[in-house]
Amino acid sequence: MADHATGDLRLSRITKRFDRFVAVDDVSLTVPEGSFFALLGPSGCGKTTTLRMIAGLDRPSAGSIDIGGTDITDLKPYQRHVNTVFQSYALFPHLDILDNVAFGLRQRGDKDWKAKSQEALALVQLPDVARKRPTQLSGGMQQRVALARALVNRPAVLLLDEPLGALDLKLRRQMQIELKRIQSDVGLTFVHVTHDQEEAMTMADTIAVMNAGKVEQRGDPATLYEHPASTFVANFLGQSNLLEARITGSASGGRMPAQTHGHDVVVAADRVPDGINDVWIGVRPEKLRLGDSGTNQLKGVVTDASFTGVSTQYLVRMPWGFEVMVVQQNDGSARATVEETVTVSWDPGQEFILDQRQDETAGAEIDDA
Amino acid sequence: MPDGVAAATVRKRPNWVPYALLAPGLLWLVVFFVLPTLSLASQSLQTGDVYNGYSLTWHVQTYVDALSTYWPQLLRSLMYAGLATLLTLLLGYPLAWFVAHRSGRWKNVLLVLVIAPFYTSFLIRTLAWQTILGDQGLLTSLLDRLHLTWALHGFESFLGAVGLGSGSQLLYSPFAVICGLTYNFLPFMVLPLYANIERLDLRLTEAASDLYASPVQAFRRVIWPLSLPGVVGGTLLTFIPATGDYINSVLLGSAKTTMIGQVIDAQFLRVLDYPLAAALSFILMVVIIVLVMSYVRRAGTEELL
Ligand SMILES: Nc1ncnc2c1ncn2[C@@H]1O[C@H](COP(=O)(O)OP(=O)(O)OP(=O)(O)O)[C@@H](O)[C@H]1O
Ligand SMILES: [Mg+2]
Repeated sequence: MADHATGDLRLSRITKRFDRFVAVDDVSLTVPEGSFFALLGPSGCGKTTTLRMIAGLDRPSAGSIDIGGTDITDLKPYQRHVNTVFQSYALFPHLDILDNVAFGLRQRGDKDWKAKSQEALALVQLPDVARKRPTQLSGGMQQRVALARALVNRPAVLLLDEPLGALDLKLRRQMQIELKRIQSDVGLTFVHVTHDQEEAMTMADTIAVMNAGKVEQRGDPATLYEHPASTFVANFLGQSNLLEARITGSASGGRMPAQTHGHDVVVAADRVPDGINDVWIGVRPEKLRLGDSGTNQLKGVVTDASFTGVSTQYLVRMPWGFEVMVVQQNDGSARATVEETVTVSWDPGQEFILDQRQDETAGAEIDDA
Repeated sequence: MPDGVAAATVRKRPNWVPYALLAPGLLWLVVFFVLPTLSLASQSLQTGDVYNGYSLTWHVQTYVDALSTYWPQLLRSLMYAGLATLLTLLLGYPLAWFVAHRSGRWKNVLLVLVIAPFYTSFLIRTLAWQTILGDQGLLTSLLDRLHLTWALHGFESFLGAVGLGSGSQLLYSPFAVICGLTYNFLPFMVLPLYANIERLDLRLTEAASDLYASPVQAFRRVIWPLSLPGVVGGTLLTFIPATGDYINSVLLGSAKTTMIGQVIDAQFLRVLDYPLAAALSFILMVVIIVLVMSYVRRAGTEELL
């Protein structure tokens, strides 16, 4: 039993095929010990399958998995020091809450199971339900019991499969904070699967964005947001304005000239991929400003303005028909009304540049799936 | 407040619908169960004979006689039924599991096959076992053909040694009776088990194995406890009628395998000792009720694990 293997979790060239269908396609990932790692992606992209392979519930068709250098690819689920919080909770209906939580400890012959289980229930703030049955608890409480049942074993890796999926928004936010707190308190490695980009960004140290069985990009939330490596990541993580453009000259002083629909702009040279001239210039809505305070300026007509409290969201139609989204803080800066002609601007370095051969709509429609 | 008044009258009117729905069943029970049971109870306490009539004399001695004379048959019935129930469980559980979770699109076909024996008469089905287990029967000739007669003889001596056979033949032995009971009551075990097992959430076994339980432990600690309602239902439906059964013993057994059902049958229909037969029926009923109640209570507290 690779019982006390701890260390980084490493997936090496993992592939999972169901008949012909490739659910996970040659994925390699390293999850550093003690980190909060999020697997983010749209429905059906292979997140659960990846998790099940780490847990041992599915066997990879190819590739290997190790924890701290100990190969666990061929170990049965019950031989791995990995525990899962299932999306469906999968609490045992015939056992009370304490027995549910103690299941793993007793299975491993831990004499101290009672105290540890009670401690785990206290950790998830459910100290008083020990003698109740799962069906007597609310969905949110069951979710926390499922978490306690996995946590109490202090596994080398804790897997969470969309554990907050069934909760309403408020409880969800609350549980996100709680999960994050628990993770830093106990210092375990968490692999958290979700298709909610906001959840991934607020909770994770590192995010891997998956699409159609592959990892598109891996990095910390800020890097993924500021420097998406593909249109899929750009659209899946937040909103993006993608402007069709051409690089028109070479770098000088860290800047590079470019042209979008006949308008000259300059971009930060270090953001331009090598050897590519036809590009998407991506600018996040909150990086665009109304008014001419930025170096790059485009003129357009406001077609929609929606007030959301802290900010106002504008749609501005460019002369070539494309609508850019501008999010303006309501901090006394310039306002505009519908039908007004405005200038929107940004400074070089606030954009990201992607190869134009990529589909500009990738990852966009499924944002809220 | 006309609305309030209307609501109040509606609420006050006695709701007779549930009683109306209950009535036919209740009537049936009274006519075909309660009244016969009372008449049986009264019969068991009467003295007299068929020709001169009976009178209620509260003759409790009949019970004492019945028990002291026929306790071996009673005990034997409970033992045969118990063994047959155990065998139906051992055969039925994997079968129900297979039909519920492994049979794919053959599920309905298999379910029909499970109840298919009901399409022929109980008597014929039991008689068929004579041709299977008989000295020149299917089993013997098959084993003969395979040159395995020695194995048959070995098995027969084994049955003789443990008291389930005569040592020289399969038919007309406790073994044959238990085989017949097992076969005849198997569907009564499989159907409740199937209904229960089909509803089991197999993801729970994944959760158990994720929590360090090997397949055997996962079965013992999760699947089996969750199957208990089906197991209890199946064992009751098998054990109760099997205890009172007499056809299997008549057709497949011998004088040494007489079961309590046979005794009651003989007392009622041949000896014509109605009080004794009634007393035996009552004793059987009480014994079964007591056994079932203690069993259900233990099953409820999961002590059966
Ligand atoms: N046992 C299986 N047999 C066949 N195909 C499967 C099986 N399990 C998963 N798949 C397929 O693999 C793909 C990935 O499934 P997976 O459950 O990993 O998606 P997911 O990313 O977890 O999606 P979701 O967010 O909806 O849970 C899906 O297209 C699914 O149909
Ligand atoms: Mg999933």
